[in-house]
Amino acid sequence: MSVTAPSEHEVGVRETAERIVNDFAIQVATVNGSGSQTANLVLLRSIFQMGVPVSGKNMFPSNIAGLPTWYTVRASSKGYIARKKENDFLVAMNPETAKEDVMTLSPGAAVVYDEPLKLSELRGDLIFYPVPFDKLIAPVTHDAKLRRLVRNMIYDGVLSRLLSIDMGQMEKALRKQLGKKQKAMDLNMNALKAGFEYADQNLPKRDPFVVEPMEGKTDGMILIEGNSAAAIGCMMAGVTFVAWYPITPSSSLCEALIDYLKKYRKDPETGKATYAVIQAEDEIAALGMVVGAGWMGARAMTSTAGPGLSLMAEFAGLGYYAEVPAVIFDVQRAGPSTGLPTRTGQQDILSAAVLSHGDTKHPLLLPASVGECYQFAQDAFDLSERLQTPVFVMTDLDLGMNTWMSKPFEYPTAPFDRGKRLDEATLKQLGEFGRYRDVDGDGIPYRTVPGDGGPAFFTRGSGHNEKALYSERADDYTNNLDRLTRKFDTARMLVPKPEIDMAGGGGVGIIAYGTSHWALIETRDQLKAERKLTTSYFRLRGYPFSKELFDFIDAHDRVYVVDQNRDGQMWSLIKLECNPQQVAKLRSIKHYYGLPIDGRSLTTELLKQEDRTREDR
Amino acid sequence: MAGKVNIIGLESTAYRGAKTTLCAGCGHNSITERIIDSFFELGIQPDQVIKLSGIGCSSKSPAYFLNQSHGFNSVHGRMPSLATGAVVANRKMIAIGISGDGDTGAIGIGQFVHLMRRNLPIVYIIEDNGCYGLTKGQFSPTADLGSTLKSGVINDLPPIDTCALAVELGASFVARSFSGDPKQLKAILKAAISHRGTSMIDVLSPCVTFNDHEGSTKSYAYVKDHDEPLSEVGFVPYFEDISVEYDPGTTTQVTLHNGSKIVLTKMAEDYYPTDRIRAMQMMHETALRGEYATGILYIEPDKQNFVDVLGIVDEPLAFLADAKVRPGKGALDEIMESFR
Repeated sequence: MSVTAPSEHEVGVRETAERIVNDFAIQVATVNGSGSQTANLVLLRSIFQMGVPVSGKNMFPSNIAGLPTWYTVRASSKGYIARKKENDFLVAMNPETAKEDVMTLSPGAAVVYDEPLKLSELRGDLIFYPVPFDKLIAPVTHDAKLRRLVRNMIYDGVLSRLLSIDMGQMEKALRKQLGKKQKAMDLNMNALKAGFEYADQNLPKRDPFVVEPMEGKTDGMILIEGNSAAAIGCMMAGVTFVAWYPITPSSSLCEALIDYLKKYRKDPETGKATYAVIQAEDEIAALGMVVGAGWMGARAMTSTAGPGLSLMAEFAGLGYYAEVPAVIFDVQRAGPSTGLPTRTGQQDILSAAVLSHGDTKHPLLLPASVGECYQFAQDAFDLSERLQTPVFVMTDLDLGMNTWMSKPFEYPTAPFDRGKRLDEATLKQLGEFGRYRDVDGDGIPYRTVPGDGGPAFFTRGSGHNEKALYSERADDYTNNLDRLTRKFDTARMLVPKPEIDMAGGGGVGIIAYGTSHWALIETRDQLKAERKLTTSYFRLRGYPFSKELFDFIDAHDRVYVVDQNRDGQMWSLIKLECNPQQVAKLRSIKHYYGLPIDGRSLTTELLKQEDRTREDR
Repeated sequence: MAGKVNIIGLESTAYRGAKTTLCAGCGHNSITERIIDSFFELGIQPDQVIKLSGIGCSSKSPAYFLNQSHGFNSVHGRMPSLATGAVVANRKMIAIGISGDGDTGAIGIGQFVHLMRRNLPIVYIIEDNGCYGLTKGQFSPTADLGSTLKSGVINDLPPIDTCALAVELGASFVARSFSGDPKQLKAILKAAISHRGTSMIDVLSPCVTFNDHEGSTKSYAYVKDHDEPLSEVGFVPYFEDISVEYDPGTTTQVTLHNGSKIVLTKMAEDYYPTDRIRAMQMMHETALRGEYATGILYIEPDKQNFVDVLGIVDEPLAFLADAKVRPGKGALDEIMESFR
């Protein structure tokens, strides 16, 4: 049992003469509600526009204004976009956290700080750049409220000078952020220039970090959050019914969807909506509405996070047993209970897989990228109609709310899969309609929906037979449950296929899913470079598991399962279906302190367990 | 011999359901019969109706009428959300939801409140017997203060008046009736089915097994003695002419969206069914006297319903063609451009 440690950092004084190009992380520490988001996104985007791979991660409080917030921009010439464990460049704007922020930096890191905070006295092994923010903002505007809002642009200007980030790109990024608001543009540009000029005249470069333009890594790419990507996917999947209840970190999924639907899903002739969105009274009602709409034949979805998932349990079981399509996005956050609503995790895997009482099981889709948020959103609608069951898309806060690079999404060409709908020809062939009869041997029956002219049936969450009639008979009950098992076996072949890399031969294999993927790319490179350990990799993309997973375990001596939760939930779920030999090979790597997983911690933990294996021999 | 047919040529058997499994004499069975009569007499296509319910004795009853309609017996207290999704997904269907006093007043009160508030087009019937029948007779939240269980246990909490609540929250058709008054119940049901908006009907429906004893305020005997009809409810469907002239001094006529008419002949002094404030006052006064005011308590025939509020297309959302719901490539290109 082990965890990826939150507090260790790599020690080592850097040679300041050495230039570190396009490979570092900048952390901006501010107070939430201070309008730092524009400055941070401009910073991220301008580096991206220079052709350098970036990622942006926001660590924010469950609060509207006045609490500490940190934004991290990582630049990586190698294209690593997971969180970097160490911050190399700190912008300290928050008096509350400045001291601790400085004390946790590695030697050799650089600090831009608000001059009155007097941080340079704290440590002798860092490079300090004091900036008099208040003095610099004074000539930009006389309006106190505006001063507060544009003050943060000054650090962008300072960073532009210190890190050689092109001012032209900063201006372009700012325009992208502000759109046509010329007055705001002028104001922000003035603050940006004030920062640049101050750094130019007063802060000689003493740190090694530099941004240099690159070619071929970001061309044509987009920067997008997973929740927006999922929303676009839902719209392209032809969603017609949305019910939701606001909850962090999933709200922005439905909010983005509402904006897109308003713009792109009005009937051109009448101007009326080809969709309905309802803000429900709670998550119970949200899923209830979705089940009602799915039963009628609409493509229906909801989006939630842990606490909402708990509330949805009873309807999820009804959807499973009555066999009604529904799509549920779970943008996971750190639990248990209210937990850390603004921190990330993969903590709902087990509960979602078996959500509700009785023998209930649900397919889960496990996107790792914004591209997969877009694609799996569409797959989820097809799958839920094909399988006539609720399907869960398990994303997380890191994926949903942070900004990721991606290739632009491709326009879908395949028609929707509306599943097995009973039409007249099929009815003729079948002779008689049995709503829950397994005609094709795949466990999936045919269905009709109200108003489609087909034969009616009575849907219920209580015991029923093949004809959907109430039944308490033992044979009816077990036949039905066994058919549902057959259907779940069919789902094994229909959920997104894994991505498998057998590079490790028969030695060490790693199973990971969701956002752990990005840390794992880095970890595998580190293991190869630092320990000459080549690993195999199985990227799990769906549940129920397919045969390939068990083949992968069989083919390796040791298999590590990476989870972003305390209990190794996926590790446990896999073990449930393993034979004893397979179970003996499985090891668990757990990361659960609320921040996105990073490659270095993963490497350290995996090696710790590998070394233990060697000692045991 | 062929039986009598309705205006669409169907016999009343086309509106029947499975054989009831409720107790002999259960008020719910009488309600089921009136529902069958009403749909038959209104000449509604059974496949244009959906039947929804929660959990409990009452919620079993949709299986006992309209066999040719799709039905959904869902989870306890949550029929309103299911109905909301279903009705919005296909606005062409007529929805009838059957609940009980426990299903609505206790576990489902939250969803009930929001259904009323939305004025969703649905006939929402509470088969109200003041107790939980299926779990053997515990009090429900509509049981009156001081009423007793068979075992002698006294109810020490005041009841929830679902009708007063429905009017307060925005339902546009609110009625109370008694399973033992078939004439009034049928007229109310026909009016409710013809109304486009939430038609909330609390039907006092005695539980012969657990709540029909002395000391109960939901027994046949008690309700018969304390039933205070506010008016005589007449219903004239759109396909029939009104042949009688009514005295406007004692009669209120309400025209529904499809041209059907409700004719209310006043029996109680203070009866003003289209005036929300006066309707509320009357309900509270009657309750204070320990009486059940029955009839159509409140009606607002032209109130905008939830489906209209949503501004959705006329065609059912569930049946929109793929091309209507997947935007073209230009839309995706435009969106992608915004993220570059």
